Amino acid sequence: MEEKNLDGGRRKFLLGATAVVGTAGVAGLATPFVGSWQPGAKALAAGAPVKIDISKLVEGEMLGPIPAWRDKPIFVIKRSPDLLERLNSRNDRLADPNSERIQQPEYAKNGTRSIKPEILVLVGLCTHLSCAPKFRPKIQPEQFDQDWIGGFFCPCHGSKFDMAGRVYAGVPAPSNLEVPPHYYEDESVLVIGEDDKEKV
Amino acid sequence: MSGLQHSVKNIMNWIDARLPVTETYEKHMSKYYAPKNTNFWYLMGVLATVVLVNQLLTGIWLTMSYIPTAEGAFGSIEYIMRDVNFGWMLRYMHSTGASAFFLVVYLHMFRGLMYGSYQKPRELIWILGMLIFVALMAEGFLGYLLPWGNMSFWAGQVIVSLAGAVPIIGDSLATWVRGDFNISGITLNRFFALHVVLVPMLLIGLVFLHIVALHEVGSNNPDGIDIKKNLDDKGKPLDGIPFHPYLTLGHDLPAIVAFCFLFAVVMFYFPDGGGYLIEAPNYERANPLKTPDLIAPVWYYTPFYSMLRAATFPFLGLDAKFWGLVVMGGAIVLPAVLPWLDRSKVKSIRYKGMASKSFLAIFVVAFFVLGYLGVQHPTPLKTFLAQICTAIYFAYFLLMPWYTSVELTKPVPERIPIK
Repeated sequence: MEEKNLDGGRRKFLLGATAVVGTAGVAGLATPFVGSWQPGAKALAAGAPVKIDISKLVEGEMLGPIPAWRDKPIFVIKRSPDLLERLNSRNDRLADPNSERIQQPEYAKNGTRSIKPEILVLVGLCTHLSCAPKFRPKIQPEQFDQDWIGGFFCPCHGSKFDMAGRVYAGVPAPSNLEVPPHYYEDESVLVIGEDDKEKV
Repeated sequence: MSGLQHSVKNIMNWIDARLPVTETYEKHMSKYYAPKNTNFWYLMGVLATVVLVNQLLTGIWLTMSYIPTAEGAFGSIEYIMRDVNFGWMLRYMHSTGASAFFLVVYLHMFRGLMYGSYQKPRELIWILGMLIFVALMAEGFLGYLLPWGNMSFWAGQVIVSLAGAVPIIGDSLATWVRGDFNISGITLNRFFALHVVLVPMLLIGLVFLHIVALHEVGSNNPDGIDIKKNLDDKGKPLDGIPFHPYLTLGHDLPAIVAFCFLFAVVMFYFPDGGGYLIEAPNYERANPLKTPDLIAPVWYYTPFYSMLRAATFPFLGLDAKFWGLVVMGGAIVLPAVLPWLDRSKVKSIRYKGMASKSFLAIFVVAFFVLGYLGVQHPTPLKTFLAQICTAIYFAYFLLMPWYTSVELTKPVPERIPIK
């Protein structure tokens, strides 16, 4: 066909229409491929709330064997009155002492980051790259901190947290350890994974 | 001409009229001219190809006995090691091959740095090579989860969590990659698919393009002299020799034999490499509740891992975790733009000035130190050292436009010098 007989407007329209329909088609076709990577029904069901028996929890210790929710370790620790007293004595070394960043439900945004002052409930995964931090409750000089007053130390990249799971300043972890949604069904049963429906 | 030769010729003519076999053979083998002064460093490419074939073959054989589920994976590795005939050997060929792959690729890349092989007109070869490197890193990482040992699990946990460092969408992105709230059998199954199908296909495609691009412009050499500038009256480079048979049989074959010998020594006698090739915690099944005491990646990732954790302070209102991702990602991607960072008039380090030589030397030292630090427990002193080495790593690239343009270079001869 000769150039002068070319209908430029028609060609432009056809090109545009083809591009638009083609883009929509690619987006539509990508949906099942991308969507299939989202957690499926099996993963969602396995992520339901769990109940934990805390009747055997000893003061100063972490509940063991470590329970899991959504395959993540859950740290449950009973803190002594002594410990609670010195908990906020080092706030100057912490990055977010008042828990301003949303790493806890509203009912745990307090000086102890807990519902009951003595019982601390945390998702035991470092907020840096999700290693499980080590529980180092003793007041003693440690290789990673000469002036250690107890808390959590992540062996992977050296992040440090205090006995309320609050992150120290100057470590790779950006925020405090996460407090999962939880409530106490009764004195000895702790439910992890949802808020107390009666209170909310 | 005998009757047999005659019929062979007829068959070849018949094929060549339909598929360019002879033409391709001549273009890429018997009439492909390579510089006559290539040395040890020019053997890494062919060795990488040998390892690639090894990985593909042993990998296919391993899938015949491997089970990609959380329940079955760890057990199936033990089954391969104990019950499958020669299973142990196929697995060790594959695991040793992974380390060997990175070893030869790192040496191959260092050759590029030394002799300026990324410079014009080889920019695309270099970029395709960097893409291969990134695909290789992904392939190694994906494969590392498959044995479902405890180090597999936690290495996967750490690297997938990197996605969580992306501002705003990070956490949903990490969940999307895992297909679960934590690394699980779902993640394992999808990593298996990516490791054995998608990334290998990408790798093969990229390697093909890498070689096609190389054969279009020809190999560089230790003097960085363009051999195509000096042709004889038949149009053949005076300083070149045909790839086949001179380089294939004269250089590559002996190198492959020597390499296979070393490979066999490691594979048969030191398959764990003292815990550096296969790490001790990986003999324990994946346990989501117990992080190994020290999470260290396999040796070939350690320099980049060191840089990841060297970022320990927030900057510009973004947290350290995000900057760790940026630093590590930058360290992997930055070499891709080398062709535009090097402003030198000469290609090879042999003719570059003191600045280039010193920067390259200190860069190599920093890279080794970072590699060492990556397998160590982080202490304040070691973190500080990692930060210095990270700075050196970036300075090598980012200061290159400056130091390559101001330094004095030696004159490059017209022809390749005869020693």
